[in-house]
Amino acid sequence: MSEPTGDSALGIAAAVRSGTRRAVEVVEEHLTAIAARDGEIHAFNLVTADAARQAALSVDRRVAAGDDPGPLAGVPVALKDNLATRGVPTTCSSRILEGWRPPYDATVVRRLADAGAVVVGKTNLDEFAMGSSTENSAFGPTRNPHDTSRVPGGSSGGSAASVAAGFAPLALGSDTGGSIRQPAALCGVVGMKPTYGAVSRYGLVAFASSLDQIGPFARTVADAAALYEVIAGHDPCDATSIPEAVPPVSAGLDEGVAGLRVGLVTELCEAEGIQSDVTARVSDAAAALEHAGAKVDDVSVPAAVYGLSAYYLIAPAEASSNLARYDGVRFGLRVDAGTTGEMYDRTRTEGFGAEVKRRIMLGTYALSAGYYDAFYGKAQRVRTLILRDFEAAYQRFDVLLSPTSPSVAFPLGAKTADPLTMYLNDVCTIPSNLAGHPAISVPFGAGDAGLPVGVQVMAPALGEALMFRVAAALEAAAG
Amino acid sequence: MAQITREDVAHVARLARLQLSDGELDTFTDQLAKVLDHARDVEALDVADVPPTAHPYPLQNVLRPDEVRPSLDRDEVLASAPAVEDRQFRVPPVLGEAP
Repeated sequence: MSEPTGDSALGIAAAVRSGTRRAVEVVEEHLTAIAARDGEIHAFNLVTADAARQAALSVDRRVAAGDDPGPLAGVPVALKDNLATRGVPTTCSSRILEGWRPPYDATVVRRLADAGAVVVGKTNLDEFAMGSSTENSAFGPTRNPHDTSRVPGGSSGGSAASVAAGFAPLALGSDTGGSIRQPAALCGVVGMKPTYGAVSRYGLVAFASSLDQIGPFARTVADAAALYEVIAGHDPCDATSIPEAVPPVSAGLDEGVAGLRVGLVTELCEAEGIQSDVTARVSDAAAALEHAGAKVDDVSVPAAVYGLSAYYLIAPAEASSNLARYDGVRFGLRVDAGTTGEMYDRTRTEGFGAEVKRRIMLGTYALSAGYYDAFYGKAQRVRTLILRDFEAAYQRFDVLLSPTSPSVAFPLGAKTADPLTMYLNDVCTIPSNLAGHPAISVPFGAGDAGLPVGVQVMAPALGEALMFRVAAALEAAAG
Repeated sequence: MAQITREDVAHVARLARLQLSDGELDTFTDQLAKVLDHARDVEALDVADVPPTAHPYPLQNVLRPDEVRPSLDRDEVLASAPAVEDRQFRVPPVLGEAP
């Protein structure tokens, strides 16, 4: 049996499409890897083994009949468990969605099926995607495959860990303040957040609607680009979906970076809590790009320093509104009581975990009478400042570079006592969410304890092609 | 801006329909105060002349043709409901005591 961790998604798809490998064998190898090690890692909330075997069988039948099942033919994919899958439990790692089987598929799930991909299961996350370590799951934490005493990052920790552990070559996550890029960095894989509106949010359980985006995890930049191309594009079911065609990214991946202008963002390299082992790798990455012919210079994005504060007002405010729908009436958990009002209170009190309650209350407070202007209103104006500063930076630079996460993967429990300490993990990733810009994390060498470090490449709206190209150059330089 | 108080937290918990124990009230008050304290950098900015951004990629008047289209399957939706009666969601009495 071949070692699944060595298989790229593109390699699998090419072999399955040409008939040299059967999708049923590919999926069986990955299910075996999951069975062998997921007890220890806990990347999955649910492994959909039978459905995966069925999907693989139908891919093989299409190949045998002379059809082309699509660009991801027979490729196993893990889905973050906040993506709706028809008839298959979708929990958001929360008790409050107990028993819910969505009556529809997320648009990205349909696109994966249309591309011939094989979904192997639903991955663990911080409850409702609120967290940076996957420790806020109602079903227990996910562990980092590089060191199981450490967190995988979050909130898409299960997706990142499943790709790092070889359970699937591809996974989907969602990124509201860094929830794809930060776990990708901590697990040593590629993770990308698209331009806001490039990928449909239909069927993504909402956390903060003006910030949420679905994006790919992969072990290579080319695989991430291929998955991005499958899921991107206009969807009438999402009113915030960009109507114009999304530029392709795979074709130009190996065109190199000669002549490109790369800005190293001072404020993010010097932000609160950034560790020296991380900044050392970011400097190495900048030097590698320079060596490959790019022009690298420091750039200031002054308003970026306010990103964290603005985010922790805006995202909870939107969450407090979005999570009002969990009331025990139509789906999920209901804790019975004598009146409907009491039933709401008991259902929400028992159904939500501490971090979700914290953010709902923070958001309710930031939106409440007397504080709206001082907190929520100001945070929205800061968002404008960040957009303006990025715009100025992109006049002089094609892409921007920074750390993805302030540190390598930290031990389980290290940051659970103080929420603010946990929030600081997102300091480098948040600005791109506030601006709606794309950003990608690429593994670049090792930091403390030999653990992976991620370097972040940011680009202006719909600048994915150039961003992926720079990511590919970094991947090549990292070796 | 004054520090968030225990009473403020109890008030927002009520607005958000969450019941908190005395211990939780203390913990949440302390934790929310720390986060809001960090947000003082934003609160202190003079941005009166800066317009707010609610949405990063402005799209206006997103409409679709006003045509009848299939919606979610009613039985499939009701199959995930906590309680159903006559093909509708059933809830406890909205007012007063249960009959």
